[in-house]
Amino acid sequence: MHLGHSLPHQHIPSVSATRPDGSRRALRVGLGGPVGSGKTATVAALCRTLRDRWCIAAVTNDIYTREDAEYLLREAVLPPERITAVETGACPHTAIRDDISANLEAVEHLEETLHPLDLVLVESGGDNLTATFSKGLVDVQIFVIDVASGDDIPRKGGPGITTADLLIVNKTDLAPHVGADLDTMAVDAKRQRGDLPVIFTSLTSDDGIREVADWVTGHLAQWRAGAVV
Amino acid sequence: MSRAALLLLADGRFPAGGHAHSGGVEAAVAHGAVHDTDSLEAFCRGRLHTTGLTMAGLAAAAAGGHDPLLLDDAADARTPAPALRAAARRLGRQMLRAARATFPSAELEHLATARPQGAHQPIVLGLAARAAGLAPVDAAYAAVYENIGGPATAAVRLLSLDPLDASGLLARLGPEIDDVAAAAADAATRAMTEGIDALPSASSPLLDITAEQHAAWTVRLFAS
Repeated sequence: MHLGHSLPHQHIPSVSATRPDGSRRALRVGLGGPVGSGKTATVAALCRTLRDRWCIAAVTNDIYTREDAEYLLREAVLPPERITAVETGACPHTAIRDDISANLEAVEHLEETLHPLDLVLVESGGDNLTATFSKGLVDVQIFVIDVASGDDIPRKGGPGITTADLLIVNKTDLAPHVGADLDTMAVDAKRQRGDLPVIFTSLTSDDGIREVADWVTGHLAQWRAGAVV
Repeated sequence: MSRAALLLLADGRFPAGGHAHSGGVEAAVAHGAVHDTDSLEAFCRGRLHTTGLTMAGLAAAAAGGHDPLLLDDAADARTPAPALRAAARRLGRQMLRAARATFPSAELEHLATARPQGAHQPIVLGLAARAAGLAPVDAAYAAVYENIGGPATAAVRLLSLDPLDASGLLARLGPEIDDVAAAAADAATRAMTEGIDALPSASSPLLDITAEQHAAWTVRLFAS
């Protein structure tokens, strides 16, 4: 056996940035974060904001139901054929990090049936602060936390907080009600993340997703231009 | 070839999708058939001698050089429940992805082209073992072990069982795993001369029925 030898059609689709026909495949954006932080609401808001300009599909990783997929369907942010739910066997982080095969199946199926897609949003099941996406599954990843779960979360860090390409601190409208100090969260996030971006959002306000949508659009533009994201 | 390849193939961390499947144990837990370590052992023993034996025979035959497409048809014939056929092909696709990247071979590429929707997982497992230079009995071991290791791990999650008890259970089944793997490999050898019908076709109707029910649940932790 020679692991290095080449075979016809031998490629690792998860890593390849192009489709078999040579065109650039869709940008894959992962959204992770704890339960209830607003991942699905973020996906829904991104779809509403970007769907007129880009061709979008979404993969959800519900832990034991199809709740997130059904929320997206109910909210009609995308047509049903553009939303796929992946089951994760009680281990959402495994499905996005250690064994990404089911998610890759879902992403590739969407790409094949909805060709040409511009953007695939992969939403993780609600997990803990260590959950990150494999680079074999997504090109960039967003970690979503919220102010109501405790303003010490950025200080606690963990791979999701420290390494995600974008950190979203959601539900800023609740800060006064739960005694969360946004300035402290911003300082702690800066300390944990250095120059990596942090966006504070309140998705209940009009166009609360705008800054995030612009961030995604920026990456999409770079991706389509063939630059390294 | 390196025996270490067998450890890689049989490792539950091999990224081929198995972690999301319970091998029928989630349905068995819901029906109360599996509720503690003893009942889990009984479930695993039953699975070992039925589905486990059948899957191991297919894997061993694929590893021995039998036509994988004929074996895929034989797997269909041995898998009457549509939900289990679908799960086996989905897992086969996922295993094929991992196998092509891990043990590249022209035979795996050929199977990927001939069965774009996936072949039954034991066939892919057997071809992967073949690509790694392993023997048919090795493929049988990997198939058998996965057949009960998966449900044991799932039951630990579903019932909060002591994982040490689950490990002990799998160790106690060791001699039976040996017997089943040997029987599967022997059948695969006979199938070379006697034809594919020499392969085991033991089935477990209750697993078929509960798999169909499980596939219709709206709330579940595992895909099958």
